[in-house]
This record gives sequence, C-alpha cells and structure tokens, in this order.
Amino acid sequence: MIERRAYKTRRDGHGRQINRDQSPFLLIFIPWATILLASYLQSVPIATSGPLLPPIGFLFLLGWRLLRPGVLPIWSGLIFGIWDDLFSGQPFGSAIFLLSAAMLAIELVDMRFPWRGFAQDWLIAAIIVVVYILAATLVSGSRLTLPLFATIVPQVLLSIIAYPFIAFIVSSLDKLRMMRFRTIA
Amino acid sequence: MALSGSKQRISGHSKKAQYSAFTGYVAIVLAMLLGIVLLVVSLIQPSSFSGLRGLFGDATQPVATANAGARSGGRGFFDSVQGYLEAGQQNAELKKEVEIARIRLAEARATEEENRRLKALLGLRETEVEPVAVARLVGSSAVSTRRFAYLGAGRSDGVKPGMPVRSERGIVGRVLESGRHSSRVLLITDSESVLPVRRAGDNTVAFAEGRGDGLINIRLINLGINPLERGDVFVTSGAGGLYRPGIAVAIVTRLTDDGAVARIISNPAATDYVAVEPIWQPNAVRGAETPIEEAIGSNLTVSGNEESEREEGTRQSELVTP
Repeated sequence: MIERRAYKTRRDGHGRQINRDQSPFLLIFIPWATILLASYLQSVPIATSGPLLPPIGFLFLLGWRLLRPGVLPIWSGLIFGIWDDLFSGQPFGSAIFLLSAAMLAIELVDMRFPWRGFAQDWLIAAIIVVVYILAATLVSGSRLTLPLFATIVPQVLLSIIAYPFIAFIVSSLDKLRMMRFRTIA
Repeated sequence: MALSGSKQRISGHSKKAQYSAFTGYVAIVLAMLLGIVLLVVSLIQPSSFSGLRGLFGDATQPVATANAGARSGGRGFFDSVQGYLEAGQQNAELKKEVEIARIRLAEARATEEENRRLKALLGLRETEVEPVAVARLVGSSAVSTRRFAYLGAGRSDGVKPGMPVRSERGIVGRVLESGRHSSRVLLITDSESVLPVRRAGDNTVAFAEGRGDGLINIRLINLGINPLERGDVFVTSGAGGLYRPGIAVAIVTRLTDDGAVARIISNPAATDYVAVEPIWQPNAVRGAETPIEEAIGSNLTVSGNEESEREEGTRQSELVTP
C-alpha cells in the first residue's frame, strides 16, 4: 500500500517549498511599483479644493521601509522623490530632499531600535509623517498663514490613521512578493 | 553598523560591506543636497522644471483622462441614485439648474452694470468670447498645500500659460504651465493667486486672494466702513487684463476687518469640463510685464490703462509668463 503523501508539510504560507523559489523580479518590482504607483495616484482621484489626501506614496515608502528594512536601498529616496515631485504640485526638489531625509532618519532609528513591534513602527511613521507634512507645507512656496496650517490638521490626522491600513496592504503585497513562483530544476 | 540595501544587515568586519554602507550614506547626503538645490531653484524660478513635468503630464494624460471619465460617471451614478431616493432624478437636475440660474442672474446683473458703464464711457459692447479649448480637469494636487489642477489640454490645443480657465459656474483658475497635451492650472484658491474682483451690482473693488484651504480672502481696496454683507457675489473686474470682466468668482460667507472670507462658486471638485479662454487684454498684460524703464519711450508697450498697470504690480505679474 502506498503511503499518503504529506503535502501539507511541503507547503507554507508562500507556496510549495520543494523545487520552488521566489521570483527575483517580484522581489524588487512589487515594492518599487507600489510606491511609484501610489505617488502618481495621489494626484488623480479627485480635484479637491484643499489638501486632503494623506501623502500615500510617502506612506507606502514608510510601510515598505519599516516592514522590510533590506528591500529598499538607502538612495531610493532620491528616485521616489523625483517621481513624487513630478505629480505632487510641490516645488521640484521638495520630495527629493524630504524623502531622502526620511530614509536617513529611519536608518538612524533602525540602528538604535533594531527590534520593533507594529506599535513602535506606527509611532515612528506617525512622527515622520507629521514632520513631513509640516516641512512640505513650509517649503511649498505658499504664503504661510494660520488658516493654511489649520487645513493641514485633517490631513495629518488622516495620514496617521491611514498608516495601519497601508501597512496592511504592504504586508499583503509582501506575502505575494515572497511567493515561490519560480520552478528550479 | 546597520546596513540597508543588502541582505546582510550587519557589516561587521567585512571591508566590502562597510564600503557599501558608507557609499549609501554618501549617496543619501548627496541626494538631500541635490534636493535642497533643486528646491531653492524652483522656489526662486517656479517654472524651472515645467518641461519635465509637462513631459510626464503628457505621458500620463490618457490614464488620468480615463480616470476622470470614470470619476464623473461614478458621480453621475450616485447622483441618479440620490435623485431616485429623494424625489426622482429631475429634482437633482433642477436644483443644479436653479443654482446655475442664480449665479447667471448675479452675473447678468454685473454684466448689465458693466455694459452701462462701458457704453457710457466708450460706446463699446462686450462680446461673448470663443473658448480656446474645452477639456477635463484630470487631477489636482490633493496632497500638497499648493492648489494646482491638471488639465487634459495643452499647447497642441492652443492652451498657453496665463489663459483663464472657467467652468460653467465661474472662474476656476489660470493656466500656469502647458505641456503638449496637458497643462497645469493655478486654482484661485491657491495662496499665491490674486484676482481683481468687484461686487456684482456695484463697483466695490477688491482683491480675491486664495487661502489654500478652499476659501478666499476678499480684501477691499478702499478701506473704510466695510460695505460687504453675507451672500454678496463677487465677479471678475477685468482689471489687469487677464480675466474677462463679469465672471462669477466667490460668495461672501463671513465678514472680517478689511473685507470678507468667501467661498468659491466654481468648486474644482464639482467641475467636469472647463473652458480655457484667451487672455482678455493681451496688450495690457504685456504692458504690465514690461519694466517701467523700458516702457518709457515706447508707446507700444503701454497700451493698458493705468488701473491695470497698478494692479499688475503685485505678485500676479511674476506668475504670468506667456
């Protein structure tokens, strides 16, 4: 009698383990594509009369960087910044500077606190995103008045609330990224 | 030392890993410096990177247009559902019509006033202007505190920087940069936008300055007792030569010491198609741009009247670069 094969032991959350490997393309492509797409999409959905949407591209960058420290190289802030500046309406250069600075800041945080839970990640992301929105307002070239700062309050709150959702999307995509699609001989 | 960009997170004693970590830090610091330099350049000269932005705006324009179509379709669907839920779809449409009619009425009153004045002065009549292009607003800077919108028409449609953009309700903004098939519009709610306006029905002149939050500050030119009231409609005055006079701009919602806070009539969020109109008085705009020293001695450049010259001395002149 043939023994029943133990299929379950050969699989884990990322697919079959024997004879399969992760796709090197997806490993790189998914994080870059989601951040670039999110950066672009934030200009498209609606013509608002005030700053309302959280900086989705930036939040995706934070999500990927905090979840998977080795995936995005430290200089990637430059590339994402250039892309973000093309669509954001901010003066060219602001996102290059701010995203690079954020990458450096997370690098420093990583050195000091290498082991973190989600709550700490959220706290770090919240602090960085608040600083980011304030700094982006300061360098936006608009006249800095009290009503202007009042208008970014909802945006700041939305961004802080949005982070867990974006982290959830990022972790789902990460699962897809780690799937073993490639057959190896 | 932590090391990113590599699977190995600790560089340890490996010279190669240490060098690559160091290179990463050098790169990021250089990127930040580059960012600062570009930022300063674009703050001093806002149109510096318009070519690059235009290129990518053109490249993504089909996607954005499709999205805008879906957006308005979706909104139409919700409107219909809402209409049925309330008292039939007609109700919603009629409401919209009445609203527009109300604005038209205010505009008509302003036009009447304008006509009477012009006829008295010059014996001229305003003619309806043929729009340069009609296009969709395909997106806006929804994240930034600057208020820009992106328009699905560009140089190939005849859209040039400086041209006023209006919807069927009122002024939306003016073209700031134009790519081949797309252009960037400075909305009137942007805090760098200043618009000469007057109250519909009389000649209370003021400046409408954007606040960046969807509202507009009305600053009266003649200080004294504040004659404004809630519900006053402001229309473009035509001063400066950019905007045709008599187009609806804003409704006063709250009075302040030197004017009022007003709500814009043509909210870009509720706008589908907009019309790009030619610059009303190109000569006046050109005259206002010419430095006084050059203007003296050449009569050609000084064809605008004194009023428009004085008002174009504000920030508006440096933003218009036809």
